Amino acid sequence: MEMTVTDVEYVARLARLELSMAEKELFAGQMGAILGYVEKLKELDTDGIVPTSHAVPMENSFREDSAFSSIGQEKALANAPDRAGSFFAVPKVIE
Amino acid sequence: MSIFDMTIHELHTALKEKQISSVEATAALLERIEAVEPHVGSFITVTPEQALADAKTADHLIAQGQCDLLTGIPLAVKDIFLTEGIRTTCGSRILHNFIPPYSATSWEKLRDRGAVLLGKLNQDEFAMGSSNESSAYGITRNPWDTTCIPGGSSGGSAAAVAARQAIATLGTDTGGSIRQPASHCGCVGLKPTYGRVSRYGVIAYASSLDQVGPLTRDVADCAVMLGALAGHDPKDSTSVDTPVPDYSASLRQGVKGLRIGLPKEYFIDGLDPDVQKAMTAAIDTYRRLGAEFVDISLPHTDYAVATYYLIATAEASSNLARYDGVRFGHRAEADGLLEMYTKSRSEGFGSEVKRRIMLGTYALSSGYYDAYYVKAQKVRTLIMNDFSAAFAHVDVMLTPVAPTPAFKIGEKINDPLQMYLSDIFTIPVNLAGTCAMSIPAGFSASGLPIGLQLIGRPFDEATVLRAGFAFEQATEWHTRKAAI
Amino acid sequence: MKYQPVIGLEVHVQLLTESKIFCGCSTTFGAEPNSQTCPVCLGLPGALPVLNKKVVEFAIKAGLSTNCSITPRSIFARKNYFYPDLPKGYQISQFEDPICQHGWLDIAVDGGELKRIGITRIHMEEDAGKLVHGELSGPGDGSGVDLNRACTPLLEVVSEPDLRSSDEAVTYLKQLHQIVTWLGICDGNMEEGSFRCDANVSVMPVGSNILGTRAEIKNVNSFKFVKQAIEYEIQRQIDHIEDGGTVVQETRLFDPNSGTTRSMRSKEEAHDYRYFPDPDLVPLVISREWVERSRLELPELPEQRRQRFMDKLGLPLYDAEVLTASRALADYFEAGVAAHGNAKAVGNWIMGEITRALNDSGTVIEACPISPGLLAELLTLIDNGTISGKIAKTVFDEMWRSGKAPQAIVDEQGLVQVSDSGAIESLIDEIMAANAGQVDEYRGGKEKVFGFFVGQVMKASKGKANPSVVNELLLHKLKG
Repeated sequence: MEMTVTDVEYVARLARLELSMAEKELFAGQMGAILGYVEKLKELDTDGIVPTSHAVPMENSFREDSAFSSIGQEKALANAPDRAGSFFAVPKVIE
Repeated sequence: MSIFDMTIHELHTALKEKQISSVEATAALLERIEAVEPHVGSFITVTPEQALADAKTADHLIAQGQCDLLTGIPLAVKDIFLTEGIRTTCGSRILHNFIPPYSATSWEKLRDRGAVLLGKLNQDEFAMGSSNESSAYGITRNPWDTTCIPGGSSGGSAAAVAARQAIATLGTDTGGSIRQPASHCGCVGLKPTYGRVSRYGVIAYASSLDQVGPLTRDVADCAVMLGALAGHDPKDSTSVDTPVPDYSASLRQGVKGLRIGLPKEYFIDGLDPDVQKAMTAAIDTYRRLGAEFVDISLPHTDYAVATYYLIATAEASSNLARYDGVRFGHRAEADGLLEMYTKSRSEGFGSEVKRRIMLGTYALSSGYYDAYYVKAQKVRTLIMNDFSAAFAHVDVMLTPVAPTPAFKIGEKINDPLQMYLSDIFTIPVNLAGTCAMSIPAGFSASGLPIGLQLIGRPFDEATVLRAGFAFEQATEWHTRKAAI
Repeated sequence: MKYQPVIGLEVHVQLLTESKIFCGCSTTFGAEPNSQTCPVCLGLPGALPVLNKKVVEFAIKAGLSTNCSITPRSIFARKNYFYPDLPKGYQISQFEDPICQHGWLDIAVDGGELKRIGITRIHMEEDAGKLVHGELSGPGDGSGVDLNRACTPLLEVVSEPDLRSSDEAVTYLKQLHQIVTWLGICDGNMEEGSFRCDANVSVMPVGSNILGTRAEIKNVNSFKFVKQAIEYEIQRQIDHIEDGGTVVQETRLFDPNSGTTRSMRSKEEAHDYRYFPDPDLVPLVISREWVERSRLELPELPEQRRQRFMDKLGLPLYDAEVLTASRALADYFEAGVAAHGNAKAVGNWIMGEITRALNDSGTVIEACPISPGLLAELLTLIDNGTISGKIAKTVFDEMWRSGKAPQAIVDEQGLVQVSDSGAIESLIDEIMAANAGQVDEYRGGKEKVFGFFVGQVMKASKGKANPSVVNELLLHKLKG
């Protein structure tokens, strides 16, 4: 399976990763090899097979609607790389 | 016997009979950690003050006659478990400064029973790896041969048990990450059935595959640990609400008449001769003990690695989106928002993590979703069906854990596909969601441990433990100690 | 060329639950930034979502009230994108197999005709946090993130592109608003963002059946703005096409200050949301029994109630519509009718005096100081001739002020109507004597003066004289 640097760039942008040209080329080769290996799944006829999302069949896991006290503002913000007052600070978002 | 050589049940007896205190035991372990850590590198963070404080509390409880099996036992956990107030990195630079405001349910359960926390164990970054070489905090070495890898991703958890730096440890297993390092380091490692142990507070790699489990010196300890960890957690929607049996109680029931399956796809030509020899010997042992062997087939085994790498990376690409430098973790200097994201993530993640995020993002992206992700989920169904069909005829399966003993540090680091293929015998179990355990079953000619894998029906950890215990009683592999 | 607008609405309905959809944090509006958060809604490593059952119950109610079928097995999916107000880097939503599908609402279009607007789907999802820009104790030239709103439960109600004008869009939206507030699953507060609307707008030449390229307009948070934004956008697209341009598919932001829409730079990037089933949440299986139980719990809906008011209580369409504007108003009306019996009279008082008093005092019907029972007592006093309609208004005002029963007020203030013809006759005699000129005018044929005399008599009796007795006696005496 051929993976081009352009493919790698598209995926990197979606994943918010910045890669050097060397990394892009390396990943293009490695991802190509892995995807080539993965092609073997096409040997299997899976028509009518239900896809599995969960390892153990389960359904309807709920919690009741009651509010508990939150962990508190200070704890919530304690790990913030940057904060402004009680907000997490980020570079300006242009809408 | 040194304190640090003890099992949970041995130390428990000593504590209960007041031969030693938990503080003494903890101090002995801390000393041991200090002595061997430069050669092994099992830990990312050692927490001596926390440990001694925990031990003091435990001694208090013991003095009052409250000596649970885990009270005062010094343990360590993989750095993937959130520990309130104690830095938790998941082996990644992106979390180098993360102090969690809460603890994982699994660790809380051990702590509530009086366990002592020695520290946080080294691992592959975000549990992505089979060799512990992808940690941002240095590699971990195999205590049996420090030029070899300990396995991964719970490499620190296995090495710490083998190097007697902790009485027992916690790991996680997504594609073999408990069983493979346990096998390479000569200890017992159990991956419970998906849903058996809460995932709450465990940093997610691949949510539909991740499961928490213990690494211990013997099967009896493993049963104790599983008993403490298992059970429904209302905070984890995928944790199952079924009764937890008394795993220790059924250990001694023997294997007479137990039907053990040998899946032919696991006994292939490429198997290392030493591994093959250990398996043959193990089969003989079980025969002597009265077990019956049944040849079975898991026909889709050959597709498991491909299936796994699509599902695991797709889930990971989404699970790791939260590391964006906004609320916690590493944030790079940047001009704008987009640059903040890309720089923080690119500086914070190592290359194996990036590779898997890329692969998973690709597998989910528009135009490829059906061909890769959905296809893999369908093959996962076929693999699960293989297991349920086979379990109609057998009670457990016996297989090797890994095709070879531990390989050399650096040997496979540049060939990700070869590295992935080394997980071929452990991955199908995660895809099927069932339980499996690695136990010591021999040594290679060069003195490296070899493990055997016992695979059980979903939620039938009890049978796996019973079979493992019988083997352990009949052999002495688990009593050997790495000369470190 | 003439153009036909084509409009579809995506409405976000914030649900009135106590706690968030996937964690136990409170959903109260207006708390200190980031004070209503926990590991789950902060998107901390290791945190896992657990579904709030009430959200499912509310979604089923919304679906049944909009003629949707309830999906027997529905799943949650992750919608992956990066934005600072989205803590996990994905939003938990529903993609394939949403909980409600294939519904509709009938709306009244010009001339009272009914038009069926399709509802494609209703799905459950979590809200994002809020961004602030250089406000409050904000970060100067950066932006601030408040995650109190993150993980708040939403229903997204997606209509078919069946709407053909801004008026139709507003009518549909108002009807949907009425239903969700009527069900008690949403407070309907558009200013606080509890009921938000995005509009997909395109135009095509009249007679064509090929849909034009649509623009999605965000941030239209009042009925007035919906109308404004859609009208502006229709004209913008027509102008653009007539100038030789082509409409591009894009997200546009409505600016309520200028009444215009503008392209959103932040959403320019190609979307590739990489939806996939969320492995942290298990499938939601809704049995037929569960659906039927919910159906039984549903209140009578506005449309059904309107019809019943017309059929059973004989109200005209207009009255029935006004009296079903909200569930509380309709309940008030029905309680009044139960206590009094005359639907038309009760309706008139509610639409008249009660509505006026509520508006004047800025009160809602739920907090009306006059109970339906007391209103009925007041009407009974009119019916049995104890007080006149005019006096009744005075009594009403006093009831509003003091909360007292009408009979008590009538007794205390001596407001009982005078029907005694002797007493009224002597009043008339006095007035005729004092206004001899007007008596002559009347007798000379100027019959309009009659009203003057009525007024004088009523005034002299302090409003207590029975008007029909006054009329009769006056007529007799003036004719002489």
